[in-house]
Amino acid sequence: MSETATEQVLTTKDGRPLKASLARALRREKLRALVLIAPLLIFVLLTFVAPIADMLFRSVENSIVEDTLPQTVNALQDWDPSSGEVPGEPVFAALAADLQVAVDLKTHTRLGSRLNYEKTGISSLFRKTGRRVKKMTEPPYKEQFLKADKKWGQVDTWQTLKQFSPRYTDGYFLSSLDAERTSEGLQMKPEDEQIYLLLFGRTMMLSIAITVSCLLLGYPIAFLLAQLPLRTSNLLMILVLLPFWTSLLVRTSAWKVLLQQQGVINDFLVWIGLISDANRLVMINNQTGTIIAMTHILLPFMILPLYSVMKTISPTYVRAAKSLGATDWTAFWRVYFPQSVPGIGAGAVLVFILAIGYYITPELVGGTSGIFISNRIAYHISSSLNWGLAAALGTLLLAAVMILFIVYDKIVGIDNVKLG
Amino acid sequence: MKKGVGDLMPSNRGASVRYENVQKSYDGEILVVKNLNLDIPPGEFLTMLGPSGSGKTTCLMMLAGFEPATHGEIFLNDRPINNVPPHKRGIGMVFQNYALFPHMSVAENLAFPLQVRNVGKAEQEEKVKRALEMVELGDFGNRRPAQLSGGQQQRVAVARALVFDPELVLMDEPLGALDKQLREQMQYEIKHIHENLGVTVVYVTHDQTEALTMSDRVAVFNDGVIQQLSTPDSLYEDPQNSFVAQFIGENNKLSGKVIGVSGNECLVELDDGTQLKADKVNVNAVGDRTTLSLRPERVEFEPASSMENLVQGRIEELIYLGDHIRVRMSVAGNDEFIVKVRNRGERRKLETGETVPIGWAINDCKALDAVA
Repeated sequence: MSETATEQVLTTKDGRPLKASLARALRREKLRALVLIAPLLIFVLLTFVAPIADMLFRSVENSIVEDTLPQTVNALQDWDPSSGEVPGEPVFAALAADLQVAVDLKTHTRLGSRLNYEKTGISSLFRKTGRRVKKMTEPPYKEQFLKADKKWGQVDTWQTLKQFSPRYTDGYFLSSLDAERTSEGLQMKPEDEQIYLLLFGRTMMLSIAITVSCLLLGYPIAFLLAQLPLRTSNLLMILVLLPFWTSLLVRTSAWKVLLQQQGVINDFLVWIGLISDANRLVMINNQTGTIIAMTHILLPFMILPLYSVMKTISPTYVRAAKSLGATDWTAFWRVYFPQSVPGIGAGAVLVFILAIGYYITPELVGGTSGIFISNRIAYHISSSLNWGLAAALGTLLLAAVMILFIVYDKIVGIDNVKLG
Repeated sequence: MKKGVGDLMPSNRGASVRYENVQKSYDGEILVVKNLNLDIPPGEFLTMLGPSGSGKTTCLMMLAGFEPATHGEIFLNDRPINNVPPHKRGIGMVFQNYALFPHMSVAENLAFPLQVRNVGKAEQEEKVKRALEMVELGDFGNRRPAQLSGGQQQRVAVARALVFDPELVLMDEPLGALDKQLREQMQYEIKHIHENLGVTVVYVTHDQTEALTMSDRVAVFNDGVIQQLSTPDSLYEDPQNSFVAQFIGENNKLSGKVIGVSGNECLVELDDGTQLKADKVNVNAVGDRTTLSLRPERVEFEPASSMENLVQGRIEELIYLGDHIRVRMSVAGNDEFIVKVRNRGERRKLETGETVPIGWAINDCKALDAVA
C-alpha cells in the first residue's frame, strides 16, 4: 500500500499500530519462555540469590542494640561523647528499664557478645550487670550501676554503645579493612591488630601467582593438544581431566605426602645428594604449598579454554606467516599467540576467580602463611560466630572480584574472552 | 638492498622450478606422489589440475616447504631446496581460505612480510600502498579482514603474496570459496597480474575451467602421477588417455576392440559390432581393448556422405540450454551419448524417439586406453 511507504506510523489492516500488534503476537512466546525457565528461576532465587542477599545484608545490619535497649538509645541521643563525661541519671534509668526487660527475655547476653566484637570486655559487663539489675528498683540508678561494674563509669563503654546504636553500621566493614572509629575519628587499628588487609593482599598475590603458573604450565600443553591429531589429543585430554575425577581431598592429601619434610620429594632429593638431611626443604604449610597444590588443582580450568580456542586457530595462519618469511618464533609470536589471547583471557579469569575464593586447599596445605581470606571468613562463620564481619569480608571479596573484572573488561575486553 | 626486495613493476623475472624424481608418502605404505618429474620455466603460469587426492596439493606443499619430499629433489632456480626451511625460500603463497591474519588490519597484513625482512618503514608504506592499488583496494588499508567481502579478501591475499616481490607464487585453490561470477572475474585479474609482473605461478585447482582459462600449461594429476602436461588447447583437443579426456570437458565414451591399424588411424569394432575409424593415440596393436573418446560438439546431424564415421542414433532426450541444444542419444549400445547442437535459426526440428543419421571425422575420435 502507498500509505505504508510514507513516514506515518505503520499500522495493520484494521488500523492498530504495527508495533503494538507485534508485541501482542510475541507476548505468548515470551510467556511460554518464562514458564519454561520458571522452576529454575525460583530455585535459584530461593537457594542462591536470597541467601546471598541475606548474608550480604548482615554486613551492615545492626538492629540488635536498638531492639534490646530502645529507651537507652533514645536517651543517649543528647549525650556528646566528646564532653569526656559519662551520661547523666536519665540515661542510666533508661538502661535499667531496658535491661530488666532484656534479662527476662535473656537477650542481654546476645547484645553483650555483639558489642564484644567492637570492644572486648563488654560481654562480661552485660552478664555481670544482668545479674544485678533485678535489684535496681529505685533511683538513683547511676550509683548502683557504677557499683555493679566500674566500666559503666568509663566514657569508652558509652561511646561504643552510642556508636553502635543505629540500625545500620559500617563497623564490620571498617573492621574488615583494619580500621576503627575512635573518639579521634576514623583511623587504622594498631599495627599488631591489623590482619585483614594483609590477608586480602596475600589472597590477591597468591591468586595471581597461581594464575600465572597455571598459564605457564598450561599454555604449552594446550598448544600441543591443539596440534596433535584428534585421536591422540583426546587420549591426552583424558589425562588432563583425570584430576577432575579424583576427590579434591585425596589430591590435596597426596600433595601433603609428597611435599612434607619427611615426604617423597625431600627423601628423593636427600637420596640423590642434592640437599643434606639437615636442610630438608619446607614446601608445605606455607605459601609454596598453597601455590603448588592449587596450581595443580586449577590447571584444567586453564587448559580447557586455551585448548578450545587454539583448536579454532587454523594451522594455515602459521604456514602463511612462514611462507611470507617469518621464522618459527616470529610466526608463533606475531600470528599464533595474538589469536590465542582470548583463550588466555578466559582461562586466566576462570582460574583467578576460582583461586581467590578457594578454601579447602589453603586450609589443608597453607599452614599460617599460606591461608586465604576465605579461610578467615569460614572461621568467623563457624567458630567466632561473628557473621556480620564474615559477611563484610565476603562482600569486600565479591566487590574486589567485580572491580578486577571491570578493569579486565576495560583492558582485554570481555568480548575477547572465548570459552570455545 | 636485500634479496627479494625490488619493485612491484613489470620486470619479467620469475623463478624456474624443477622436480626431479620426487616421491612422497605419508604413511610408508602408499605413495601419494609417484616419481614426479616436472620442469617449470621462469615466468610460466602452470596449473596442477586433478581430483582431490590426486597428489597435486602435496606437490605444492613440498615446493612451499611444508611437506618434506620422501625421495627426490626439488630445485628452485637450479638450487636444491629440500633442506631450506619455508621462510627462507622466498615463495609467495595464496591459501585456500586466504589465511589473512584476523588480528591485523589489511595494511598490517601486507606489511608483515616486509617487516620480517627488515624493510625500512618508509619503503614498507610505499610498497603496501602500491600493492593495494594493484588489487584496486587503495582505501581499504585500515579495515580488518573480517570487514571485507570474500572477493576483497582474496585480492588482499594475492597482494600479500606479491608485496615482497617473490619470483615464485603458489596458489592453492584460491578461488574455491568464491561464487561463480566473482570466480570468473578473479581468474582474469590473477591472469593479468601474472602477465604484468612476470612471476612464475604454480596454481592448484580441481576446476578445469579455471585451469583452462588462466594457464600457460596444465599438469593433469591423477593417482599421484601427471597424466598429461600440455597447453590448455591440446589438453582438450588431444587428450593422451581416457582419464584426461574424461576429466577435461565433456566426452562420449564408446568401448570396443582394435581390429585394424594403418598409420595414425585404426579401425575399432564396438561391442555391438559397429565399426568406426579413429585417431590412434593410446593403443598399440590389433586386439587391444580401447575406449573411443568423442567431444559432443564434434558430432554432426545430417552428415555429408563423405564423412568417415556414419552411424544411426535414436534421440532419447532433448534439453534446451539457450545457446545450444543438448541431445541425449542412444548410439551403438550407449544411451548416454551426448550431442551438442548449436542453436541456429535454420536448424532442423529434432523429435524425441526419432532415429537420425549422425557422423564425425576421424580426427575428432580418439582411440585411448580402455577403461574398466
